[in-house]
This record gives sequence, structure tokens and C-alpha cells, in this order.
Amino acid sequence: MAASSAAILSVVSSTPNAASFSKEKLKLGSCNFNSVLWQGKQPSFFKTKSLSKVTMSVATNVSRFESITMAPPDPILGVSEAFKADTNEMKLNLGVGAYRTEDLEPYVLNVVKKAENLMLASGENKEYLPIEGLVAFNKATAELLFGAGNPVIQQQRVATVQGLSGTGSLRLAAALIERYFPGAKVLISSPTWGNHKNIFNDAKVPWSEYRYYDPKTVGLDFDGMLSDIKAAPEGSFVLLHGCAHNPTGIDPTPEQWVKIADAIEEKNHIPFFDVAYQGFASGSLDEDASSVRLFASRGMELLVAQSYSKNLGLYAERIGAINVVCSSADAATRVKSQLKRLARPMYSNPPVHGARIVANIVGNPTLFNEWKEEMEMMAGRIKSVRQKLFDSICANDKSGKDWSYILKQIGMFSFTGLNKAQSDNMTNKWHVYMTKDGRISLAGLSSAKCEYLADAIIDSFYNVS
Amino acid sequence: MEATADRRIATLARHLEASSLSYSQINNTISSSPTSSNSSVFAHLARAPEDPILGVTVAFNKDSSPSKLNLGVGAYRTEEGKPLVLNVVRQAEKLLVNDSSRNKEYIPIVGLADFNKLSAKLILGANSPAIQENRVATVQCLSGTGSLRVGAEFLARHYHQRTVYITQPTWGNHPKVFALAGLAVSTYRYYDPTTRGLNFQGLLEDLGSAPSGAIVLLHACAHNPTGVDPTLAQWEQMRQLIRSKGLLPFFDSAYQGFASGSLDRDAEPVRMFVADGGECLVAQSYAKNMGLYGERVGALSIVCKAADVASRVESQLKLVIRPMYSSPPIHGASIVATILKDRNMYHQWTIELKEMAERIISMRQQLFNALKSRGTPGDWSHIIKQIGMFTFTGLNSKQVAFMTKEYHIYMTSDGRISMAGLSSRTVPHLADAIHAAVTRVV
Repeated sequence: MAASSAAILSVVSSTPNAASFSKEKLKLGSCNFNSVLWQGKQPSFFKTKSLSKVTMSVATNVSRFESITMAPPDPILGVSEAFKADTNEMKLNLGVGAYRTEDLEPYVLNVVKKAENLMLASGENKEYLPIEGLVAFNKATAELLFGAGNPVIQQQRVATVQGLSGTGSLRLAAALIERYFPGAKVLISSPTWGNHKNIFNDAKVPWSEYRYYDPKTVGLDFDGMLSDIKAAPEGSFVLLHGCAHNPTGIDPTPEQWVKIADAIEEKNHIPFFDVAYQGFASGSLDEDASSVRLFASRGMELLVAQSYSKNLGLYAERIGAINVVCSSADAATRVKSQLKRLARPMYSNPPVHGARIVANIVGNPTLFNEWKEEMEMMAGRIKSVRQKLFDSICANDKSGKDWSYILKQIGMFSFTGLNKAQSDNMTNKWHVYMTKDGRISLAGLSSAKCEYLADAIIDSFYNVS
Repeated sequence: MEATADRRIATLARHLEASSLSYSQINNTISSSPTSSNSSVFAHLARAPEDPILGVTVAFNKDSSPSKLNLGVGAYRTEEGKPLVLNVVRQAEKLLVNDSSRNKEYIPIVGLADFNKLSAKLILGANSPAIQENRVATVQCLSGTGSLRVGAEFLARHYHQRTVYITQPTWGNHPKVFALAGLAVSTYRYYDPTTRGLNFQGLLEDLGSAPSGAIVLLHACAHNPTGVDPTLAQWEQMRQLIRSKGLLPFFDSAYQGFASGSLDRDAEPVRMFVADGGECLVAQSYAKNMGLYGERVGALSIVCKAADVASRVESQLKLVIRPMYSSPPIHGASIVATILKDRNMYHQWTIELKEMAERIISMRQQLFNALKSRGTPGDWSHIIKQIGMFTFTGLNSKQVAFMTKEYHIYMTSDGRISMAGLSSRTVPHLADAIHAAVTRVV
């Protein structure tokens, strides 16, 4: 490792004041010294009480970034890094929400491979996309979300801009809110995906939480949720998970969605959906979009961020979209133009590869049907390990505790109900990697490991507090 | 009901001032109002104009003239006027798509490790002491724009000086990138319209009077939009001035290899600054030199005084990136890494890169000759003196508008033309247009 910042300090003095100097740095003993090579941080200056002259010459070799501190690792993505470092053979990565096969391998959908081969054969160019992204992708993604025959689409009332997966789409929306709704708050569920607050913080959009998870029932605190939505200042943005709530897996029922829409309308709030699991929650693309479609059918204006990371397994391609449903086609045109103005100084235009994959699949009836089958398979595997985990826990836990909340939850994740200390025990004792909020990704669980995981959960729940 | 319709029309009329709706579009909007409320929460959003650079292509696409020419955005075209995907890129892509061991899992927040290492080596030189001493924090970003934005956000959070000095003129997107990141933008003189060259005296004066520690944006080579680059001797003077004032250099390197045809030569200014042991930022883009425009591949490197500083800097860069897009896209960076790490592919790339650079240089010569042979008034030698993809013609916005209207030539209103969009076949048409503009429009 190279020598870090060094300063050369020359002190000429006849009677040095010993107390002023750090002994290990200067090896005091002699009275006269000419120069000291100093390894470390900022140079500081010493004065002696003697009558001698003290001259300092500091050759500044200090970085202008010297005072920057080491940032903590990302709480979610950092879990995978820790997992990689673990050499224990029983280790299990239930951290990040990335689908794994029964053999716990990453999965590239067959339909994606087919699309990429088609793209390779067609030899398309790599010119810049328009700022708003690939036109064919934008059309396909809005139709997938709302249904091609939906009035909002027929009436051209949706502004759709391709974004960098869910995160990038949320960020564009946040930037729009900051610029055009200054002071407006975003209400986020308690808890919610860890990166939501970072996105709004960096976009300088104020946020507050609405009650969502009830630890007593390991279910939805519906009254709390409605109450907090109604108490928020009028015209707030309410961030809702379209389906498969992250991290809890707890979704409102259809009846509850209606009441949520009522409350939001009552307060002139603007619904803001995060749809990262369409098709992945129930296995059906249409069913998983029903909450969004309900709100659209009521004529409400709303925002929807989409991601294809999970449902098409395109995690690394960063493909998603921000959709803004407006009350008129004119408003949609204007909103789209302003979203472009925000994207241009961020990254100019979005990446083409993932967008073409999606457009090719959704636009080809054969590939589209194959996709639906693969998605049903993925969602099906998760439902089946969810069931198996529940069965294993019940088989081993004779206390009569009701673990059925695990079965009621939906999507990739399960909120185990474990607290931080218990989650740490999962990792430290059982080499099960998960996030500190007690969330496990069932996508990373194989049926072969269900029993082991059940043992770990039972041990952590009962023996650690 | 009448009153409601009147109110709706009045609302729409307000929106009309901010937009350019056609009458039929208005009618459609009137008939398709949503069930609940007619007023939009987005009513106060005006329609933004098209981006001045990318909007040129939008306008070009709408033109139906067979002689239309797009000299707007800096995207390379072949002699046949077609976009080009490098053979070596196709080769790399084929390898990647057919490699069954690859998957699409999230890549790290900072991007692909080998891509980052190779990119730093490419710009700083394989033997750079800064690299060997682990003093460089490199993160994969979304092409040049993304690298500039992440760097600017980082500086706005962690650097004590909040002003960035940009050349006058500079790429149209620069001021917006820095402003949105939270930095103040000032300019330093650069282009001299009378000589159509560098205003070096003005440059030195302006940088000399900048506050100590201010950030200075430098175009590593092939200045955009002017094509006017300092000589190496001038670069050395600039380096001394910048270091003596403790200014922080932030290089925008979008044309390495594209300017002169040599990757090392085009990196010289950056390497000079790194060689003196000082700190700097470098934004790299592979849009032009690897033709990966739409894949959005680039890298931000921050050269620090010490390895532990670089390590801490990298950790903070992750905090900028995660809430912006979580992690960068895999495809383009994989193509770059595949090419850079393979001897043969790297060599092939340098050949294809040189071909592109040489075709552009030949277009410069042809345009210059064509104007000379037409006796077009003025000194057009700047066309062959300037370097890189663009020529700052010196034409004013009225002349540009004339050329678009009468000759269907599309370019940015500052008189910048992309030589990459020209061919031997289209040079005469452009020369005619310039000749007409200069003689008929003032």
C-alpha cells in the first residue's frame, strides 16, 4: 500500500515543549531536530513556549477528499457480499430478491435467450434511443400494465418513459415531484423497501410513513393505514406496492384496495404505485395489475413505476418504466416532455438492450405465451416452497404458535416476524443470510433446504430475544 | 352543462399557450374526459421544448425531403450514411449471447470489476503509477452523461468548492448536468470567433482568477462543439496554472482514439495531469469510440492522493448511485470488457477506430476543398485545423435556419456540424448550402 498523505514538518527550536508533541510520532529525546516525516492525517501546528523561533513548512500532500468517511455497506446488496465471503457449506442466501431455481442457480428465462438470439440475428444498430426510451417498449409496457383496451391507453392519457428498472423510474418520478410539487410529501409504508427513502432523500422530496405492518398479527394494520393516509396533508403522494409488498409480502385484499382508493380520493392525494412483481405474485399478469387498474378505472391520476428485473429476470439489464396517468392527453404530453427534461441531465437516454428484449417478447404472441408459462412456473415454485416451509415449521414447532401468516403472504418475500437480534442469529449461527428486518427471500429457498430453514427460524424465534 | 364545457375549453386554452396542440387533438381531448375530475394535478406543467441537440434528430426525422442531411447529433455514419456497429462489437456480442455460463444477475453497484480496471487502464495508461498504487476509484456509469452526473453529485456532497468552470462554449448538456447535481456553473473563455481557434490568453486569465479549489471541466480531446484543442505545450501551461491554484480538474473524455486515431495520443492531456501526482476526475464514454451509443457505457474515475482515500471515495460513490438506479446495465460494459481484455479483439478495435477517425479527417479535407472550389467567401481552414467529430463552422443561427429550411441540412443552431454525418456523396450538397448561406444570409 502506498504511503498515505505525508507532511514534512520542520521545527527549529532550542527548548521544545515536550507536551505538545505526540511521542510516538517524533521520538522525543533530543532537543534539536530538523525534520520529522509524519504519516497520517491533517498536519497540525505546534507552538512552543520558548523564545525560539518556530518555522513550519508543510509540503501539502493531503488529499482534498481526506475527510471523506467510509460509507456503510448497502443493507440489502451488502448481504450477498457477506454471503459470498462465508465458507460454511450450509450457507443459504435469502437476502436479495433474485429468483433461484430449485438447484439454487440464477435463472435466465428461455424466452429471454430466444429474444437475444433473435436480436443477434437481426443485427440491429446501437444508435441512441430517444430520451424517453424505445417506442416499442413504452407501448408494450403501458399495455401490459393497464391492458391494451384500457381507456387510459385508448385516450392517450398515459405518459410513459423508459427508466432504469424500478429504481430509475422511481427516481425520475421523485425528480418530477420535487420540481413541480415542491413541498409535497410522499407517504411510504412502514416498513417498505429500504431504498425508497434513499431515493426520495436524494431527490430532496420529503417523506413520512403510514402504518402498514402490524407485528402483533404479522398482518396489515389496515385501520392505521387508512387513518394515516387521511391525516396527511391534502395532495400528498401515496406510495403503494401494486402487489407482493416488499418486505412484508402482505397485500391488501380487493375490498381493502377500494377503501384505500376512497381515502386517497377524499384527500386529493395522488397514488404512486411501485410495481416490481407483476406476474410474479400470483402468476397472472392481469391479476397482479388489478390494484393499479382499479385506481385507473376510477379516473384518478396516478404514477406507476415498473420493473422487469424479476418477472423477466432482467435484473442486470436495468429495464423499467415510469407511467403517469393524466386526466387528458394534453397533460400526458406535457408531463412526458418534463420527464425527458429530467432524464437528459441524468444519463441522456436509457440503455437499449433490455428494452429490446422486452419489446421482442411482449410483441411476439408465441414468445409472450412462453413468458407467461415461465412466469407461472417461477411463481409456482415460490408458492410451493412457501407451503413446504410452513409445513416444516409446523411439523417441528409443537408450541401451537400460529405460523399461517407465512402462507397468507404473497410474492418473493416472507416477513418472518423475527427481530434484528433473531435475524442476526439466523446468520451467525445458521449461516442464513437475510435482511435485518426479518425478511427472507423465498426465491432463494429450495425445497431441499426448507427443513433446515425451519429449524433455524424456530431456534431464533424461541431462543433469542 | 354549457358552463362546464366553457370551463373545460378555457382550461384547455390555457394549456394551449404552453403547448403546440393541433385543433384535432383539442377535440379529442374534449370528448375524452375522465369520469371523476376534469382538472389535472399536472395542469401547471408546461410543455418542454425538445432538447436542442437530440431535438435536431427529431426534426430531421419529420422531414420528408430526399436530400435531407442530419449533421446534428454526434453519431458516426459510414460513407453510405448508415449507422455503424463495429465488427469487433458484433463479435463480442455473439460470444456473450452464446456463453451459457453467463446470467443476468444484478452486477455490483459500482459495475463490472474487470470493466472498471480496464477502463482506468485505457485512459490512464497500463503503467500508470496511480493505478499501481491503487489510488484510482473507478465506477461504471451510464456513458459520459452518467459519469459526469455521478461525479458532480459526489463533488456537491463532499467537496468544499461548489463551483465548476466550463468552457465557453461547451456541450449543451454540461451546464444542466452540473446544475441539477447542485453545483454552481461559471464559464471560462475558450473559443475565439475571430480566429476560430483557442482564446488561450482569455483561458489563462479566467482560470487564473477562479477561486482556489474550484472545479474545472476540461475536454480531454476533440472539444465539443468547437473541435479546437490546446497543443501539448498549452496543456502543460494549463496544468501548471491549475495545480498552482489548487483547482480540481474534471476531464470529459468522450472521444479517446476518435480524435487523432491514436488512443494513447488522445489520452495525453489526462495522463499529464495524473503524472504530476495530483488528483482529478475523469468521465469516460464508449459511445463514440466503440459505437456503443445506445448501450450507455462509461466510467467515472477519481484519481486520489492515497489508496485509502480512493477506497473511501468509492464507498461514497455507491451512495450516490444506489438511489439513482441501483446498479448499472450489464450489456454494454460486458462488450467493452470482452474487447479490451482480448489481445486480438483489442487490436481489431484499434484498426476499426482508426478507420472511423480517418474517414472523418478525409471529410474535413473534402469539405474544405469543396468550399475552396466554389470560391465561398471566408477563411475555411478551421475545418481542417479542428479535430474530432465536430466542426464549428462559424455560421450564425440565421444562416443555420436558412440551411435547414432551404437545403434540409440539420445541425445545431450554434453552427456545429457533425463531420461523422457527412459522406463524399453529400459533401457537395453541404458545400452548396454553406455557400448559399454565407452569400445570401447575414
